[in-house]
Parts: sequence; structure tokens; C-alpha cells
Amino acid sequence: MANIKQLEDLTTQVRRDILRQVHKVNSGHPGGSLGCAEFFVALYNELMDRKDEFSMDGIGEDLFFLSNGHISPVFYSVLARAGYFPVEELNTFRLLNSRLQGHPTTHEGLPGVRVASGSLGQGISVSIGAAQTKKLNKDNHIIYTLCGDGELQEGQNWEAIMYAAGNGVDNLILTVDLNGQQIDGATDNVLPLGNVKEKFEAFGWDVMEIKEGNNMEAVISGMKTAKEKTGNGKPVCVLLHTVMGHGVDFMMHTHAWHGKAPNDEQLEKALSQNPVTLGDY
Amino acid sequence: MKKYTDTGKKDTRSGFGAGLTELGKKNENVVALCADLTGSLKMDDFKANHPDRFFQVGIAEANMIGMAAGMTIGGKIPFTGTFANFSTGRVYDQIRQSVAYSGKNVKICASHAGLTLGEDGATHQILEDIGLMKMLPGMTVINTCDYNQTKAATIAIADYDGPVYLRFGRPKVANFTPEDQNFQIGKAVQLQEGSDVTIIATGHLVWEALQAAETLNENGITAEVINIHTIKPLDDEAILKSVKKTGCVVTAEEHNFLGGLGESVSRLLATQFPAPQEFIATNDTFGESGTPEQLMDKYGLNAAAIEAAVKKVMARKQ
Repeated sequence: MANIKQLEDLTTQVRRDILRQVHKVNSGHPGGSLGCAEFFVALYNELMDRKDEFSMDGIGEDLFFLSNGHISPVFYSVLARAGYFPVEELNTFRLLNSRLQGHPTTHEGLPGVRVASGSLGQGISVSIGAAQTKKLNKDNHIIYTLCGDGELQEGQNWEAIMYAAGNGVDNLILTVDLNGQQIDGATDNVLPLGNVKEKFEAFGWDVMEIKEGNNMEAVISGMKTAKEKTGNGKPVCVLLHTVMGHGVDFMMHTHAWHGKAPNDEQLEKALSQNPVTLGDY
Repeated sequence: MKKYTDTGKKDTRSGFGAGLTELGKKNENVVALCADLTGSLKMDDFKANHPDRFFQVGIAEANMIGMAAGMTIGGKIPFTGTFANFSTGRVYDQIRQSVAYSGKNVKICASHAGLTLGEDGATHQILEDIGLMKMLPGMTVINTCDYNQTKAATIAIADYDGPVYLRFGRPKVANFTPEDQNFQIGKAVQLQEGSDVTIIATGHLVWEALQAAETLNENGITAEVINIHTIKPLDDEAILKSVKKTGCVVTAEEHNFLGGLGESVSRLLATQFPAPQEFIATNDTFGESGTPEQLMDKYGLNAAAIEAAVKKVMARKQ
């Protein structure tokens, strides 16, 4: 088990990785990636019971599915730094012939990825399927999944949310990245989500909130509570309050950096706010 | 010419149900998902015998396809069941991303395909599904012709690792292929040998092609009849071998000519051995309410239409 300082250092390094990946190819999605850095670092380094070697079937270990595939920069950085593939490969993000496609895919055989995502709204369904297979296999492990808040506008999610509660899929923890932003602006302006907590509760989920989604200790302790809630007949939903663009002052609290890369000057400024910890790739 | 006997009319969807029942007994990794059409898909037996491996998802096809993709992770072999319309067009993006692009071992089993769904009308009569599915990289597309073949295909696809679209129908039709057939994905079945024309048929049109070949034979025309149950991957070799002999071809399917079997055959011929071709298919149209027989007659999908097309295509031969 790592201590908080080590995890925070890793998070800072992950933020550098995110910024450098998108800057190099002048494309990609830094905003949501930066906001979810603490969550990913905690998940892969503190919360999941996982094996070092990647296998598609993932028998005997916890699994994670990313539904909002556009935050691939944070996913790739954390997977690489967890040892699934060489960190140097982050240099190939979005380049021709790379395994690090714009959105994550199994198609090029990147270890750590078990389903393609990018077209939104599909990850919860896939996670429920994987959770049901865990039960059939009598594999007492957890399926984790993450989706965006704006992503909840996709109707398929609500089919899945209804199914999971109605069928007691209680080996599933869905985290919703509640940052209140999407491409066109604030979710409240684009298509108001209403009270997300009450919606999930009305569907029959066990819902909890992590108010400080960019505080490592809060994320770990909240997710550990979520883990304790599994196995009780209900799927578990964690509403993770994050700030889009967290860790870079000029990228925070706005949708502007949802899908835009920093220029040279902006990169320099952003990196200066996230000094090297483990070392750049 | 070979004689084919209808051993008693049966629906192809019951062949699927029987195949699934057998799979349930012999392969514990097979799981089934259904979107509120268990009876229509003849999945009741599987459900009764293996309640732990049967997943009723409700009227939520998008979630069903996503769940099926997820269930493959850990070694299950999911068979999804609903009407062809709701198995394809309604969930195209889910199949494209979560199943096909992700390379998941999901079997999408689709009943009530085509006009022969009958009285429900065009909202349910999909005539575009073969095209939708064959365009997806890595997707195998199968359209079986009778009860026995559908049962055999259902069992066979469980042993194949990769996404499959299995298309069958609602009405009771002639059951004429062997009960003990060895179903080989991608392998054409030659039903009649002939030298004047090749009739390439799939699904419900295979029996019609045999009827047409008999009538043609009485008029001195020998037709080679090929049953293409697997539209993708297409058995190029069998088709080319036959057309090189006969010099012309009629394709027959219960589907729009755009995107169907006929187009796959014409692409093959255009690049390898150009030959006159006529298409028995719907002509870029929706269907409508009516009995299956009335509809197949109105839209020109029967033995009489095939005979007329044979005469037309033979006249075009050099």
C-alpha cells in the first residue's frame, strides 16, 4: 500500500503526462482527464485487487471499464505507470499505427483495455455484463466503471441503470464524474441533469457522494466506503465531484479545455504548476 | 436432378430455439439474453432449463447488446435474441463499438427478418439488416433457409470465436435440409447441378429456388442451385466455379437489393469473372402488412419470379 504522498506525487506526474500527450498532437481531451487524475491513481494503485499481467478475461481480479473514452490521456498514463505497457509509449498517443488510439480500443491490443469506448453511453451496459459473468463464474471480484455526467444524457445508460437495480447487480461500482461541464458548456445549460442522486436512488441504486473528488484522501476513503457497500443486493453509484481541468489554474471551472490542447506557452505554464515527480516519459 | 422433400413445414426460429436448447446442455459457457420476446424467439426451453444462464433484459436492446459484449469477458458466449429490426438498426452503434470493433464473441440472433414477418407491417419488416451487418469489419453474417439448417447453424456458431449475425424468420416453411447436416460457416451448399444458369439463394428463397429449378428443368433448362447460408465471409470459390460453368447468375434473397447477398455476388463477379446477373430482392422499398405469401408474391420473391429472372438473364448471355 502506497502512502498518500506517493499517490499525490503519482497524480502530479499523471497530470504532466496528460498535458504532454495532448500538446504533442495538438488534440485530445485534457479537461476531464485532469479532473479524474486522483480517481484513476487511487483506483489502480490503492483500490483494485488486480493482477500485474493483463488478460482479457480478467478472472480472479477486479476490472475497470471506462465509458467516457475521450479521457483516454489519463487512462493511458495510469495504465502505463501501473506497468501494463511502457510509459515511453505515451509518446505515440493519437499517432498513426499507435496502440494509443484517440479513444481506447481493444483493436490494437493495448494491455489494460477490455472494450472500446468513445461513442458515449455504452460502458455501464458492458460493465453489467462483465459483472454478471463474474457472478456466473463465482468470481468474487468487483467491476468498476466510470462515466461522465454529460454522458448520462445518453438513453442507453438509463436502460442499464434500470437493469442493474432490477437484477441486483451488486458487484458493480459506477462512478459518475460530476464536473458539471460538457463540450457545449455547463450541463445545466446544455441539457439539465436534474438531481442525479435522486434519479439513481429512484432507480434503486445505493448512492453516495465524494464531495472532494480532487482530494486523494477523500477519494480513497469514499471509494473504500463504496466497496463496503457492494454485495448487499444493490448496484453502487458514487457521485464524484471533480473540477474539470483540475491542477492547471487556467483550465479549471470551464468547459473550454474539454477537447482542446494547450499551445507551447500554455503547456509550459501548466507544467510549471505540476512539477516533475516520478520523471517524464 | 436431385429430389428434395419437405418433411413438414416448420419455422426457422424454432430451429434456433432447438439449437439453443442443445447448446444449453452441452456448453455451460453459453448464456442467452432476450429483450422481452422469449416466446417469439423460442427461447423458453433454454430459459426453463438454465434460469441462471438466461437474462431477461426487458425492452432495452441497446443495453442487451452492451451487456452481451461485457459477458464475453470471463469466457461466456452470449446469444442475444430479438427481432431482426431491433437486433440491428436499433442498436447499430452498440454492435459497432462494443461488439465488432471490440472483437467480442457475441452471437446476435435475429428472428422475424424480412417481409415474411407479415401482418405487423414495415415497422418490423427489416430489409436492410444484411447490409448493415456485413458492412461491419469482422462480422460473420448467416441467413439460414430452414428449421434443420437454423438448428445446425445455432450450434455451430458457438464453436466459432468472433461476432456473428444469425438471421432467421417467423413463418413455417419447408424443412428439407438434412437433420444431421454438418454446418460449416462460410461454405456454400450446392443443391442442384446444372449448366445453363446459377441460382444463388439465401434464407427463405432457397426453397423457392429449388421449386424454380424443377419447373425450369421441365422446360429444358438446367439450373445450378447454390444455398449461400453465409453471406459473409462469402464462398467466392464455389460461386466462381459455378458461374464459370453457367455464364450467368440469379441471386435471390428476402432483402433489399442494396446491401444484400446479390451485391456481394456482383462485386465478386465484377472483379473476378464478369457475368450477367439478375436480382431477386426488394427494390429499395419498405414492406407493408399482409400474409407472408401475399407479400412475397407482391414483391416478387418466389419461384415464379426466379424463373422469369432466369429467362431474362439467360437471354443476356453472350
